[in-house]
Amino acid sequence: MISFALTDEQNQVRDTLTAFAENELAPRARSADQARGAPAELLDTAWSLGFTGLSIPEGCGGGGARRSHLTGALMLEALGYGCAGLAGAALSSMLFVNPLIDLGSEEQKLRYLPAFCGETRCAASLALHEAASGVDLAGMATRAERSGTGWIMTGAKRLVPMGEGANHLLVLARASHAPGLAGIRAFIVGTDAAGVTITPERGTIGLTALGFARVEFAGVRLEGDAVLGGGDGADIRPLLASLRIGGAALATGLARAVTDFAIPYAKQRVAFGEPIARKQSIAFMLADMHIECDAMRWMVWKAAAEADAGRDATRASVLARNYVNRHAFKIADDGLQIFGGHGYIRDLPLEMWLRNMRMLTIHDAIAAA
Amino acid sequence: MSGFSAALCCHVERAREWGQAEVRPAGLEADRNGAPLSADHPYFARFIAWRRAHPLPAEDDAMPEGHAVRMAVLNEENAYWDRGMGVAAPGPGLPTPLVVAMGTPEQRERFLAPFRTASTPRWAAFALTEPGGGSDTSAFRARAIRTDRGYLLNGSKCFIGNAARADWVLVQANLDPDKGRAGQRAFFVERGTPGMTGIKIENKMGLRAYESVSFILEHCEVPRENLLGGEQPARGSRSGAYGETMGALNTTRVGVAASAVGLARCAYDETLSFARRSGAISSARVRDRLADMRRKLRAAWLMTLRAAWKADRKIPNVVDASMAKVFAAETAHELATTGMDIIGLEAGAGECLVEKLFRDAKALNIVEGTGQIQRIIIARNLVGLPR
Repeated sequence: MISFALTDEQNQVRDTLTAFAENELAPRARSADQARGAPAELLDTAWSLGFTGLSIPEGCGGGGARRSHLTGALMLEALGYGCAGLAGAALSSMLFVNPLIDLGSEEQKLRYLPAFCGETRCAASLALHEAASGVDLAGMATRAERSGTGWIMTGAKRLVPMGEGANHLLVLARASHAPGLAGIRAFIVGTDAAGVTITPERGTIGLTALGFARVEFAGVRLEGDAVLGGGDGADIRPLLASLRIGGAALATGLARAVTDFAIPYAKQRVAFGEPIARKQSIAFMLADMHIECDAMRWMVWKAAAEADAGRDATRASVLARNYVNRHAFKIADDGLQIFGGHGYIRDLPLEMWLRNMRMLTIHDAIAAA
Repeated sequence: MSGFSAALCCHVERAREWGQAEVRPAGLEADRNGAPLSADHPYFARFIAWRRAHPLPAEDDAMPEGHAVRMAVLNEENAYWDRGMGVAAPGPGLPTPLVVAMGTPEQRERFLAPFRTASTPRWAAFALTEPGGGSDTSAFRARAIRTDRGYLLNGSKCFIGNAARADWVLVQANLDPDKGRAGQRAFFVERGTPGMTGIKIENKMGLRAYESVSFILEHCEVPRENLLGGEQPARGSRSGAYGETMGALNTTRVGVAASAVGLARCAYDETLSFARRSGAISSARVRDRLADMRRKLRAAWLMTLRAAWKADRKIPNVVDASMAKVFAAETAHELATTGMDIIGLEAGAGECLVEKLFRDAKALNIVEGTGQIQRIIIARNLVGLPR
């Protein structure tokens, strides 16, 4: 039976993060955009809320809560409402932790996850994108080749969120000749390994608070059990579905922020003798923004529900991601348009939101393929 | 460039050489600095020398194209290399047609002549937009009051191009509010005039190569001879400064449309070149999107040229100018957006030109009347709704 009701726990998580987004993220969004990075004290505060370790098994020192994509989507939408860039920065370790919870071997969980359950912030991230692979994820050039009992990794990753401070990375690489995504595996790589070079990205259009980095792997030696899931490694498709859901939830939060910001302005701004909200060209724009925010949220929830039910969420997540990419971008664009010249200057967040959304949709277009 | 006279093509070729060698690098420098090049930047001195060597085509040049078409063609080429640097170009700029059309002979001499002989870069500015009214040009609240010596100006203006470095700003203010918008007049406010305060250069999303300035006029007094056209407008048939200003905006709308086409063409060329370089062109989907970009680019250009052509023949072109403006601006935005999609990651991170074009293009559907205002103008003219 269909239900749009959330559990008490989910409501609590959402309320906490909504307040956090409003009080902590939104006021720092512009300064983080200009500084091209998130302030450490903010990341520490976010860490102290304890969400990273929430779903880590009790045996690894975590909260032991049931891992839920829906809860994850609620968190990202709530935080994305405050600032998509800082939201991503605050939760970037989850890009490493959640795939380990979902797909890691017992040994991997016991070895890596306890570090994320303490009071001290532990930074890790995910290296997915490449310059050359474009929209074809299966065409990635980074490869891991068997060498004795271990692996040797060669290649270069781009747009790694919070890449510079990360201790560990989950790196996607071609591990066999199996066609398409079936030949791709995820590897756990310590950033202190010989041959790993991390440099900051330059000239990023948006989400600059995420501190994107380029990471190069020049023949990096990995142990045999570095492959996520152990053995021959886990199928990465559930991981990709999970990323699409998260990215779409983040964009939905950002789109909702734009909509909620535009409505009072349209009611107050007078042109040609009446508030512009009374002009149908603006009123219809606002109505469409509202409609699409709702539609996007339910598409995300549907995909999250599929994943939480243990079903293959590939299709639902691609639909959600694709839908959100198109509509969330239009909302950010229309939001700026409603503010006109005032939206184009950096005193208000509209232009930053459009840049962030442009980055999200580029980022997402790759992962949505 | 085809279908234009050899004389005009020669001007375009000079603009292309200059654009490639000087304008593009200067525009990128300004964008990366996040601020316009300083007024004493050597680029501007080189610009003055280049402009002197290659003056704009004049009315009496032997050229079959009319003034509006010439300017559209040159605007398009200039914006291909950098729209922001085009606005930042030294010279009397935007207010020129108003001063030529409405100024007294003394005013034309006093305010325009220094630009003809200047060996150092100088700027002028035109201040119409106010914080409370962007596209609604009749809602402006700046006021002028007659005094013994001249006029006392009060009000605030925003998004005024080059105003912080301008020798003078032509400020629109209402001298006779009882007459409504017909009471609007324009006043020369020279740099350093007491009462012109709160000068702030805005930090913008794009088009960072020129100053967009907000300022406040607080009991700012200008001499009597600074009222554009003098106490009585020279030609009695005029409805006043408001009608004249709106007439000028019809011309600049075509100019913005042409700039948007130039920007869009650049986005198209850059994307096509990326697709060839990267091999993405082998994808049918990418080829289809490029073909779609090209169709829209052509349509926008033809629409712009038609609006200019009508202007040259004194055929009313209000609808054509608005259509061209909104269509070209939205085409520029769409082509830059699609270009970023095709280029992908490198467009989001990598100091990609199309990324800059995306940020620049967004302004073009806002300046000189938003896309929404253009649609209102078009619709009113089509169905004859009351104004």
